[in-house]
Amino acid sequence: MEYALALIVLLCLVALVVVAPLLRDEQSHMPGEGARDELEAAKEAKYREIRDAELDLQMGKLSKEDHRLIDRELRSEAIEILQRLDTVEGRAQDS
Amino acid sequence: MDPSRKRTLRLVVALGAALILAGALVYTSFSASTEASTPSQVVASAEPGRSYELTGKVVKDSVKRDGDRLRFAIRDRDGTASVPVRYEGVVPDPFREGREVIVSGEMKSGSFVAERDSLVTKCPSKFTKEKTTSSRGTSAAR
Amino acid sequence: MAGIGSACLFAGLLTTLYAAAASIYGVRTGRRAFVVSGRRAIYCLAGLMVAATAVLQLAFLRSDFSYALVAEGSSTDTPTFYKVTAMWATQDGSLLLWALLLSLFSSAVLFLTRRGLREIAPYATAVLAVVAGFFLFLMVGWENPFGTLANPPAEGSGLNPLLRHPAMMIHPPMLYTGYVGFAIPFAFAVGALITRNTGADWIRATRRFALVAWTFLGTGIMLGALWSYTELGWGGYWAWDPVENASLMPWLTGTAFLHSIMVQEKRGMLKVWNVSLIVGTFVLALVGTFLVRSGILDSIHAFGASTIGVQFLVFIAIVIAGSTALVISRLPHLRSEARLDSLLSREAFFLLNNLVLVSLCLVIFWGTFFPLISEAVTGTEASVGPPWFNRLTTPLALVLVLLMGIGPVVAWRRITPAGLRRAFVVPGLVVALVLVVLVVLTPAAESPPSLLMFCFVSFVLAVVAQEFWRGAAARRTITGDPWPRALSQLVARNRRRYGGYIAHAGMVVLFLGVAGSSAFLDQRDVRLSPGDTFTSGSYTITYQRATAKLGGDTAGTGAPITFGAVLRARDENGKTFTLRPSRNFYPTQDTSKGAIGRFFEGEATSEVDVRWGLQRDLWAAVRPDISALDGPIREANAKFARSSGDVQALVIAAIAERYRRDPPPATFRAIVSPLVSWIWIGGAIILLGALIAAWPSPEARLRRVRSLYAARLGRDLRAEA
Repeated sequence: MEYALALIVLLCLVALVVVAPLLRDEQSHMPGEGARDELEAAKEAKYREIRDAELDLQMGKLSKEDHRLIDRELRSEAIEILQRLDTVEGRAQDS
Repeated sequence: MDPSRKRTLRLVVALGAALILAGALVYTSFSASTEASTPSQVVASAEPGRSYELTGKVVKDSVKRDGDRLRFAIRDRDGTASVPVRYEGVVPDPFREGREVIVSGEMKSGSFVAERDSLVTKCPSKFTKEKTTSSRGTSAAR
Repeated sequence: MAGIGSACLFAGLLTTLYAAAASIYGVRTGRRAFVVSGRRAIYCLAGLMVAATAVLQLAFLRSDFSYALVAEGSSTDTPTFYKVTAMWATQDGSLLLWALLLSLFSSAVLFLTRRGLREIAPYATAVLAVVAGFFLFLMVGWENPFGTLANPPAEGSGLNPLLRHPAMMIHPPMLYTGYVGFAIPFAFAVGALITRNTGADWIRATRRFALVAWTFLGTGIMLGALWSYTELGWGGYWAWDPVENASLMPWLTGTAFLHSIMVQEKRGMLKVWNVSLIVGTFVLALVGTFLVRSGILDSIHAFGASTIGVQFLVFIAIVIAGSTALVISRLPHLRSEARLDSLLSREAFFLLNNLVLVSLCLVIFWGTFFPLISEAVTGTEASVGPPWFNRLTTPLALVLVLLMGIGPVVAWRRITPAGLRRAFVVPGLVVALVLVVLVVLTPAAESPPSLLMFCFVSFVLAVVAQEFWRGAAARRTITGDPWPRALSQLVARNRRRYGGYIAHAGMVVLFLGVAGSSAFLDQRDVRLSPGDTFTSGSYTITYQRATAKLGGDTAGTGAPITFGAVLRARDENGKTFTLRPSRNFYPTQDTSKGAIGRFFEGEATSEVDVRWGLQRDLWAAVRPDISALDGPIREANAKFARSSGDVQALVIAAIAERYRRDPPPATFRAIVSPLVSWIWIGGAIILLGALIAAWPSPEARLRRVRSLYAARLGRDLRAEA
C-alpha cells in the first residue's frame, strides 16, 4: 500500500536526522556557553537604554538631574553585564 | 501623600473604573439585545414591539420579489411551522430557497416585519456565509 | 500520491511526540544530545509539512478530482491563482496550513536560539511540538485533507465565487501567520515559567516574532476589511461579525503585549502581566481559529456543526488551565523588580494603554459571546448588534488615541511637569486651530464623537511630528548634520522608538478614516430604469444603460454571465466619471434547474465599483432584476435541454441580450463614505512603522559578529590546549 510504504520511508528519514546527534553524543552542556547569547542580548538592550536616556535628555524630556541618576544606574548595570560576559568567555577559554 | 497611600489610591481608582466598565457592559448588553428565536417560538409567543432574531430555512416556492420588497416564509430547521416575512433592503448573494437565514425584526399581525438590511444567509457549502447586516448604525436612517 | 500526503501527516504526528519527549528528557537529564535531537525533529516536521502541502497543491493544480478536497473546492475552469489558494478555503486544508506555518516558524526560532536559552528552549520546543501535534491529530483523526473519493467526479464543484477575490485569498494565510506567530512567544513564556528564568531573556528572544506576528495579523484584518468593503453587497468594512471580532481580539492583546514587554525589559515590572497577556493572546488566537470552524456563533464564516469543535474546546481548556496553574505556582519568581515611580512616566502610560486595550478586548469578547452568556444567564439566546459595539468601543478608542499623543512625550521613570507642559504647547495650539477650522468650515460638529476624534488625531500627529523635529534638532546640535541626514540617522539609530511613532501615526490616521466614514456616511437605495437620475451625497448619478456579457468578467473570477449597469456620476464641481457595478452569475451543478436555467440559478455575486478618493469614496452596487427572463429561460430549458454546449451558449447569449436591450428596473445602492481611504492609507503607514521597528540594527549585528569570532577563537584555543 502506498501509504504504508511512504510512512516507513518517511519515518526512516526522520529517524536518520534525529538520531545523528545521539550517536555523536555531544557533550552535556557547558554552563558558560549557553549564557553567552542571553548576556549578549542583555548587553545590547542595556546599550539601547543608555542611548534612549541620552536622547530623552537631548530632547528635553529628562531633566539633567534625572538623567544623571538614570545614566549612572544604567552604566553600572551595563558594566555588570560586561563583567559576566567576560567571566563566561574566560571560563570557556580556560576549560 | 506617602507612596503606599498613593498606590492604594491608584488601585482603588483602577478597580472603580473596572467596575464601572463592567457595569456598563452588563447593563447595556442585556437591555439592547435581540433574542434569537425559531419560527415556531415566534409564532407561539412573540411579544409585540419586541425585537427578535429569527433563524430558520427559507420555505420552497415562497420567495416573491416585488420591486424593493422581498416576501418569503421561514420555517423551523427541523420542522414545518413557518412564518411569513416582509423584508426590505440588501438581499445577500447566497439567498435562496432552502437555505438557512437569520433576519431581525418584529412580529406584526401574524407576519414578521424585518429590519432593513438585517438579512443574513448561511452558505450551504462549507466556507463562507454571506452577510448583509449593514451596520444598523451606519445606514442613513439613524 | 494521496497516500504519501497522509503518511506525511502521520509521520509528522509521531515526530512531534518524539520532539516533545526528547527535548524534555534532554533538558532534565542534562543530555544536550537529546535536546539537539528534539530540535532536529522540529526541522523534520517542517520538511514533512512542506512535502504534504506540495502534494496537496499539486493535486489542485492538476485538478485531480480523486482528492475529495479538490473535487469540493476547485474545478477545471477555476483560474490557476484560485486553484492554489483553494487549499485554505477548506477546513482540512487550513489545518494543514496552520501546521505548515507553525513548523516553519518553530524551526526558525529554534535555529536562531540554538546556542542560547539553554534551559528555556527545550521546553519551548516541547510546547510547540504539542501544539503542532494537536493540529496533526485533528487532521489524522478527523479532517484528513488527503481523503480520496472512490468514484472521482469528472468535474469539481468549483471555488465558492464569494472567495474569488485576491484579497480574500491572502487574508487567511496572513491571519494564520499572525495566530501561529504568537505561539512562539507563548511557548517561550511557558518555558521561562517552568525553568523559573523569568527575566527578560524569553522576551528578547521572541520579541521580533511577536512583532512580525502582530504585523501579519493586523494586515490580515485590514485585508479582510478591504475585501468586505469592495466585495460584499452592503458596502461596509466592519460589521462586528463574530469572526471579524475573533481576529481583532488577539490583535488587541498582542498590541498590549508589545508595549508591556518594553516595560519588563526596561524596568523588570509587569512580569505576571506579560506572561498572562501572551497566554491570553495565544488562547484568543486558538479561539479565533476555532470560531471559524465550529458554528457555535452565527456569523459570516462559521458554518454549522463542525466535527472538530469539541476537540478545539478541550485543547483550549487544557491550555488555559495549564498556563494558569503554571503562573500561579511561579508567582514568587514573577515579582516586580521596581516600583512605579510616578504617574508621569512612560511605564505608567504603557500600563494605562494596556488597560484600555484589554478593556476593548473584553468588551468585544463580551459582545461576541453574548449569545452564549445570555443563554447561560437567562435561558434565552440573545445577541447584540453593531450599535452596541460602536457605543462601547468609541469612548475606549478615543482614550486610546489620546494616550498615543501623551505617551511619546513622556520619558521612562519620570518626566517633570514643566517638561510635560513645554511639550504640549505646540500640539495644543494645533488642536485648537483644527477644532476651530472643523467647527467653522465643515459639518464635523454634527457628530461630537467624530469631532473629538478628529481633534485627538491632530493632537497625536502634532506630537509625533514634534518628536521627529526635536529628535533631529538634538542630533544636529551634536553632529551638525543637515536636516535630511539628521532625520534619517535619528530613525536609523532609534528604530524601535521611531518605527513605533510611525505606527502610531498610521493608527490614528486609520481612526480618522473610521470616524469620517462612519459618522458622515450617506447611503441611498433606489430602483431605477435606464435614464433615471438620483443624488447621493454631493453626487448626481444617472443610470445610463444595462450591460450583459458572457465570460467577460473583468475581475478574472471565471463567471460565465455578467449583468451590470453603466452609471455616470457628477460631483459638485462638475467633474464626471463612470461607474460599472455588475453582478456575476455562476452555473450550478444542480440539473433540476434546467439545462439553461442552471446558468442563472447558481451562486451570484455582486461586483461593486468604487471611485476611490482621498476626500471621499463613491461606492455603487447593482442588483439586476432577472425575473423577467424566467419565461424565456423556461422555454429554452424545454427546447434546448439536449443541445450541444455551443448551441446552449448561443441561447444563453440571446437571453442575456434580451436583458441588455430591455432591462426591468434594477435596484442600486450608492454609498458616499468620507475619508474612508485613509483607513487603508493608515494601515500602510502602520505596516511601514512596524517594518522599521522590526529591522535589525547594523551596529548590534556587527557587535554580535565580533563576539562570535571571539567565541570561536576561544573554542579553537581550547581545542588545541
